[in-house]
Amino acid sequence: MKFDFRRLIDLIAGDPQADRAVPPTGFTARLTLFTAGAMAFLAVFAMALSLATGRLADRWSAELARTSTLRISAPADQADAQVRAALAVLNTTPGVAAARALTPDEQRALLEPWFGPDLPVEDLPIPQLIEIIEDGSGYDPAGLRARLQAEVPAAVLDDHTRWREPLIAAAMRLRSLGWVAILLIGASTGAMITLAAQAALAANAQVIRVMRLVGARDIYIARAFVRRFTLRALVGAAIGTVAGMFAVWLLPSADVAGGFLTGLGFQGAHWLWPFVIPPLAAAVAFFATRAAALRTLREQS
Amino acid sequence: MIELDNVAYSYGGAELFSQVKLKLAAGTFHFLTGPSGAGKTTLLKLCYGELQATGGQVRLFGEDAAMMDRDAVAMSRRRIGVVHQDCQFLDHLPLTENIALPLTVSGREAEAASNLPDLLGWVGLSNQAAQFPPQLSGGERQRAALARAVIMSPDVIIADEPTGNVDWEMSQRLLTLLIELNKMGKTVLIATHDMNLIRAAKSQVTTRVLRLKDRRLMQAGVEL
Repeated sequence: MKFDFRRLIDLIAGDPQADRAVPPTGFTARLTLFTAGAMAFLAVFAMALSLATGRLADRWSAELARTSTLRISAPADQADAQVRAALAVLNTTPGVAAARALTPDEQRALLEPWFGPDLPVEDLPIPQLIEIIEDGSGYDPAGLRARLQAEVPAAVLDDHTRWREPLIAAAMRLRSLGWVAILLIGASTGAMITLAAQAALAANAQVIRVMRLVGARDIYIARAFVRRFTLRALVGAAIGTVAGMFAVWLLPSADVAGGFLTGLGFQGAHWLWPFVIPPLAAAVAFFATRAAALRTLREQS
Repeated sequence: MIELDNVAYSYGGAELFSQVKLKLAAGTFHFLTGPSGAGKTTLLKLCYGELQATGGQVRLFGEDAAMMDRDAVAMSRRRIGVVHQDCQFLDHLPLTENIALPLTVSGREAEAASNLPDLLGWVGLSNQAAQFPPQLSGGERQRAALARAVIMSPDVIIADEPTGNVDWEMSQRLLTLLIELNKMGKTVLIATHDMNLIRAAKSQVTTRVLRLKDRRLMQAGVEL
């Protein structure tokens, strides 16, 4: 369907005389403004959630896919030798950019949430962890496991697949939920505006009768209502969107809130996305009011 | 202009009238009389396309009304000026905008500036131009409705009890305006109970008086 720019301009410019024929309706005006504003506010949050979870999924996917862990559980007297052997294998494995054994301080930091500070890591039979960082092409996990089994039998390779995939799937589902929420918000906006438009049409039955009596076509009568509701939805959604963006901006930063809320909100160019909400709300109002008006006028004839 | 051929109208299973034949030729002047509830207003509504006949055929300017879509009915109404019993104005608009409404909805609002002063003068409402409908008296509202009905220079003027709420002097004034329109070539159809008005008109213009009674439309008898 070809987009008719002239019709859009005509709609915005409107017909002042047609508008004047319909008296201002305070209740439906306030209802439409409030509904569009509230729904836009919620849509901003749904969009922020969707975009943030999308980013989170991408980041988890990228970061976890590029790192693996090698765990070496060997008797104390063999541990150093097995670590050296493992590092030697890793350093000659295609696709491995770097490999290094975690220091006792790093291992202590990993265990600190469970055992508290000052854990005597050196005195405990804790496996030695080796962090593996992949290059762009990645390594072959099956091949690496086979080599390690032959040369470092105590080594267990964890390429994070086990828990990376459910995490990413959860993030992707959250993202989908965000978009579903936006769709539901759009549908609810349409339904509310339809009800408000029907109320306005019912309240103006006498106006419609008079306009018909003097030869007004249905589309002329409908246009007066459609333009009014479209502009109200646009203004309401613009206010709601700005308020929503401000609220998102006020969310605690990652440093304050900790890892869980890291990145919730908009980043960079994503701040532009909420600006599509007011025109979308206006489009929803346009089609909802037009359909309601033409249906009501048909029923009244 | 407007023809009703064997037209019947039923509402809720009850027949209001049937076998109605009526031809409103150009430049003719008709009165429609009959007892209350006989269906005069319904018959007028059939004549300007607000209702659809349940039997027979209504032709508006040569077109079968039953086959016309709502846009076509709207276009035909621009050729028919209607003066309603209860006037029907937009109370939030001043008199000038109410009278100019037919031009406005037709996209001819530019013509209002040149037509309105003369029209207001013709119906004697020049001083009330800026007033709103609720501020007007019954007679002023009827004259305003007549001005609105003729602003598009329609071919046909249909008036439903135009003198129902006004005194005799005002009735005479409205009748004079309608006769003037008829002399300008307009077709006029007036539904009324007012026999004095009909007698007054017959002395000034050739009229045809129709009576709707016992579900039939007939030429009025000698009682007039």
